[in-house]
Amino acid sequence: MNQRSELLSGNEATALAAIKGGVRFFGGYPITPSTEIAEIMALELPKLGGVFIQMEDEIASICAIIGASAAGMKSMTATSGPGFSLMQEGIGYAIMTEVPTVIVNVQRGGPATGLPTKVAQGDVMAARWGTHGDHPAVVLSPWSVLESFTLTVKAIEISERLRMPIILLSDEIVGHMREVVSLPDSVSVYERKKPTKSPDEYLHYADDTNYDSPIASFGEGYRIHISGLTHRKDGFPTNDPKTIAWKMDRLRNKIDQNRDWLHYSEQFDLDAETIIISYGSSARTSLEAKYEYEKKSGKKIGFLRLITLWPFHYKKLTELLKNAKRVVVVEMNQGQMIREISRAVPRGIDVTGVNRVDGELITPEEVLAAL
Amino acid sequence: MRKEIRLAGTGGQGLLKAGEILAEAAGVYENKKVIQTQSYGPEARGGASKTDIIISDEEILYPKARQVDVICCLSQKSVDAFLKDLKDTGIVIVDSFYVKRCNAKNVFPLPLSTETRQKFGRELFMNIVLLGALAEITKIVTVDSLRNALANRVPPATIETNLKALDLGVFIAQIKD
Repeated sequence: MNQRSELLSGNEATALAAIKGGVRFFGGYPITPSTEIAEIMALELPKLGGVFIQMEDEIASICAIIGASAAGMKSMTATSGPGFSLMQEGIGYAIMTEVPTVIVNVQRGGPATGLPTKVAQGDVMAARWGTHGDHPAVVLSPWSVLESFTLTVKAIEISERLRMPIILLSDEIVGHMREVVSLPDSVSVYERKKPTKSPDEYLHYADDTNYDSPIASFGEGYRIHISGLTHRKDGFPTNDPKTIAWKMDRLRNKIDQNRDWLHYSEQFDLDAETIIISYGSSARTSLEAKYEYEKKSGKKIGFLRLITLWPFHYKKLTELLKNAKRVVVVEMNQGQMIREISRAVPRGIDVTGVNRVDGELITPEEVLAAL
Repeated sequence: MRKEIRLAGTGGQGLLKAGEILAEAAGVYENKKVIQTQSYGPEARGGASKTDIIISDEEILYPKARQVDVICCLSQKSVDAFLKDLKDTGIVIVDSFYVKRCNAKNVFPLPLSTETRQKFGRELFMNIVLLGALAEITKIVTVDSLRNALANRVPPATIETNLKALDLGVFIAQIKD
């Protein structure tokens, strides 16, 4: 069922998706260019019996949403570069304790406070490796207002199914850009599976399927111990090498066992010799450049847009790029995804970066110059 | 059909709001494809501010204006910065109080701020006056569509005054012709 068409920004669509997707707890600290998400949550959540809380900073924000989720609510926060840096310890904690939650990072220019109102895609590696230790990461990157909606819903669902924090990596252009969309009145909301075992038998980390495993929440009568220390199936800390290895494998397997369905991408004309690869707002520039090049030259150009940035599906990318003679990677950073892509293509294939880091959206002319 | 419009001036003049209203008028009430982006400084008021609105029958990918059909400037700085992006056939609408120099073929200097001050006692509604003038001169959207969009996007208590501001803009453009 479709609502009427409406003009929305990417950030507005993200907030509406969170609400429709069942998020009822938002803890955050406002920061440009993500603030509209917090504003809408502050207005709408109280009407639905939900909780909006502006915390004292981003460290407290991530801790608040982890706590809310452990108590059974779907939770989310939204931030940008500086706040994302502060959240890294908490993100690692949510990964280790296997608490589902969603972190939206609407990227702006960095490092540090950088460019509050300007676009960048410099947090691709921070989203993958920002928190310390070996760990899984799932990062999705929208390129439109509609996709800001659909990927937020997807992020919520993935977080619940894999019991881990998921990062929606948007950027200033996508977050602030307005387009006309018709959003669905409702979306199918994934409900967390509840344990069927009695509290006496329940172990918080017992299920090894790494997909849809039941979780008890605090306050439901189950004994739950949540600790950032490496732990046993009952959640209590361990120093036993075998148990430690079990826990680390368990975290890694969340990605290894689910890599195929976690991979989302969009691609056209991959039989062409030259293929442009991009993501987020710079993918809009890239597709525009593809069409303009084809119009002028009559020659086809391939186009591959990464929607899932992490986990990076090397095998899938190798398969998708098997006919490529040349790959052009368009991104608004000094070259982050290009390294992963270089590892996925055969040796000898030319991989060229088109990069821009001055706060302006990369232009079709810049991409055309590299073709 | 593809039109690129840029509204530019100083932070606090309400140009981003005007851009939203224009995009909604074309996109929701005239069923065109639209995209609106913005660019502004970290300060709340006083910095340079601009918004690009692209209106098209076809899907819009690159979201920024490149070959601008209509530039509206409410500051001299914005004229100096953005005239280079104007198409040969493009037109420029400027406020005759804030903009003293504008070297382009099709320029419409209009007393937007002066008339707004006279009618409303302050410049607060100049952004909407501009939209009225823009619609009258370019016919890119109808004034009716702007009326509908405006009603959704300004505080309810100000709708009446904003509609008057829209009519004032149309009037200013008409007497200019």
